Amino acid sequence: MKLLEYEAKKILAKYGIPTPRGDLATNTAQACEIAKNLKPPIAIKAQVPVAGRGKAGGILFVDSVAEVEKAAEKLFSVQIKGFPVRSLWIEERIYAEKELYFGVTVDRLNKGYVVIASAEGGMEIEEVAAKTPGKVIRFPLKAPYGFRPYHARQIAKRMGYTENQLSTLANIFYNLYKAGMYYDAELIEMNPLVETSDGNFLAVDARIIIDDNALFRHPEFKGRVLESELSPQEVEAARNDLAYVKLDGNIGVIGNGAGLVMATLDAIQLYGGKPANFLDVGGGAPSEKIAAALKIVFSDPAVKALFINILGGITRCDEVARGILKAKEKLGIKKPMVIRLVGTNEEEGKQILMEAGIPVLDSMEEAAHQVVEIVKGT
Amino acid sequence: MGIIVNKNTKAIVQGITGTQGSFHTKLMLEYGTQIVGGVTPGKGGTRVHGVPVYDTVEEAVEKHTANASIIFVPAPFAADAALEALENGIKTVVIITEHIPVKDSINVMAYANQVGATVIGPNTPGIITPEECKLGIMPAHIFKSGNVGMVSRSGTLTYEIAAGLTKRQLGQSTCVGLGGDPIVGLNFIDVLKLFEKDPQTEAVTIIGEIGGNLEELAAEYIATEDYPKPVVAFIAGRSAPPGKRMGHAGAIIMGKAGTAESKIEAFQKANVEVAEKPSDVALLLERLLKQ
Repeated sequence: MKLLEYEAKKILAKYGIPTPRGDLATNTAQACEIAKNLKPPIAIKAQVPVAGRGKAGGILFVDSVAEVEKAAEKLFSVQIKGFPVRSLWIEERIYAEKELYFGVTVDRLNKGYVVIASAEGGMEIEEVAAKTPGKVIRFPLKAPYGFRPYHARQIAKRMGYTENQLSTLANIFYNLYKAGMYYDAELIEMNPLVETSDGNFLAVDARIIIDDNALFRHPEFKGRVLESELSPQEVEAARNDLAYVKLDGNIGVIGNGAGLVMATLDAIQLYGGKPANFLDVGGGAPSEKIAAALKIVFSDPAVKALFINILGGITRCDEVARGILKAKEKLGIKKPMVIRLVGTNEEEGKQILMEAGIPVLDSMEEAAHQVVEIVKGT
Repeated sequence: MGIIVNKNTKAIVQGITGTQGSFHTKLMLEYGTQIVGGVTPGKGGTRVHGVPVYDTVEEAVEKHTANASIIFVPAPFAADAALEALENGIKTVVIITEHIPVKDSINVMAYANQVGATVIGPNTPGIITPEECKLGIMPAHIFKSGNVGMVSRSGTLTYEIAAGLTKRQLGQSTCVGLGGDPIVGLNFIDVLKLFEKDPQTEAVTIIGEIGGNLEELAAEYIATEDYPKPVVAFIAGRSAPPGKRMGHAGAIIMGKAGTAESKIEAFQKANVEVAEKPSDVALLLERLLKQ
């Protein structure tokens, strides 16, 4: 779950990390009201869950409180990388003497967390790493000890800080790590962490992505679905515990198992077709879930035909067949469907579909080829 | 032979009384896997398909000799179950459970490393050495004993490819599901090393997918170590867009990292044949094994 900037900053503040003075506005009048209590210049920042928001026009700077209204109106009227702007964070603009980067994320290879720091921040860390790899400090952590205060001091020192600044910076690093661990963050970063001309540090932007699998430990985020982040199909899929990703083609796809569904999309592409979506029904899906999956896929108007690819292990082919029929009757599906069905209870499943006049194939590649040809003909 | 599990493996099932645990215990027993006990807190003294159930792993290993465990415990409690198995001396732990928090998995892997144990998963279909031992949830009938080692990050796609191999009389030495999560116990290189030492394995199939760079590292390993057995790879997700999680928690392209192209290119550079379609894996293996 991607938190918005203001949510991340509230968490940072709770952990004693300085951030610029500011507040959240959900309309223009509120934005003006907040600005009255701030010292210009002022930054007006769209709260959207995307990286590279500044470049996309989601952050405006003004020199006086009077200009806030126009800037806020403008941001509320646009979309940033496809996301409507529902709220703005209004804060005092900070001039940077220096921009630093500090973050904690997951390192697959070392099977642990890794701290990444750089004395050159501001842009995306991947860019920093590409431009000046020598400037990026990668510090893999050893579980279960993790990141200790002396590690934080080592990093501050390597970044060239001494005396009071070293302790202040190390505290900020350590506190960010603690926040990340508490919230089960798969990514927590301050970028930029600004050093001001008087030698203080402030987290001017922050990003937190919480591990979705750990949300049971954080009930405060329960029910907080950023619907603006999801298509209607994705919202419906989440409700039905289905993994759905919208793509830009016209062949709907349903399958069981993430790897198999990905390979199915690839096969469609290989034969010259374009998949409209990724939909994994998971293992052991009952007929209701299969029917829900069909409903979701056909609710996308771009879909011209559907390819269902099931290799039953714990998923039973007869359940799949019943789900297909259920959906077909209920939704009155007229669009063509190509079905590949093998594995557990294959014969029963095939018979159910044959009796309803729906042909079933054995080979996934043959089926992929066929669905592509059907769509080409429409 | 094969790797990690064989006919001498004696396993316990943690979470044996749950729907999945009980169902798959039955199937594993039918396959001939030695399941010596089960664990579910509060259900000690009962039996599941004839297997005695204990409240703790400690008790189960006191009563029986067990060297492996398979875990079906729900995600919030699965890491605890894995640590319990490891602390009680179990050296092979298969974690079937999906949706375990990354932080929990990291702690499990650190402890496994400290005690020198092997963890397979989480979010894995498990491991099978055909006709000897199945510790997992895969449909057994699609596998057949033979000389191809399989290692994969996905479930059903592995079944698809394994069924293709079996159909063409290419049996398998062992098939290992690494798991679909970002943090898993084994990586491709670990398993390549084990297959290298296994006399039964004559060729290896790597089934990878988008996300992370473990496939790239495996390719590099094959090239630099001049890996002595032929390898065929298949990578799922050529058509996946960046920034979207494709079902598996670990299947996500971040920026420019983790793409199928990067993985395919890495294998090609290492002179590893990359199959374009799942069914091509068997054809490529047939050719390489004849040489």
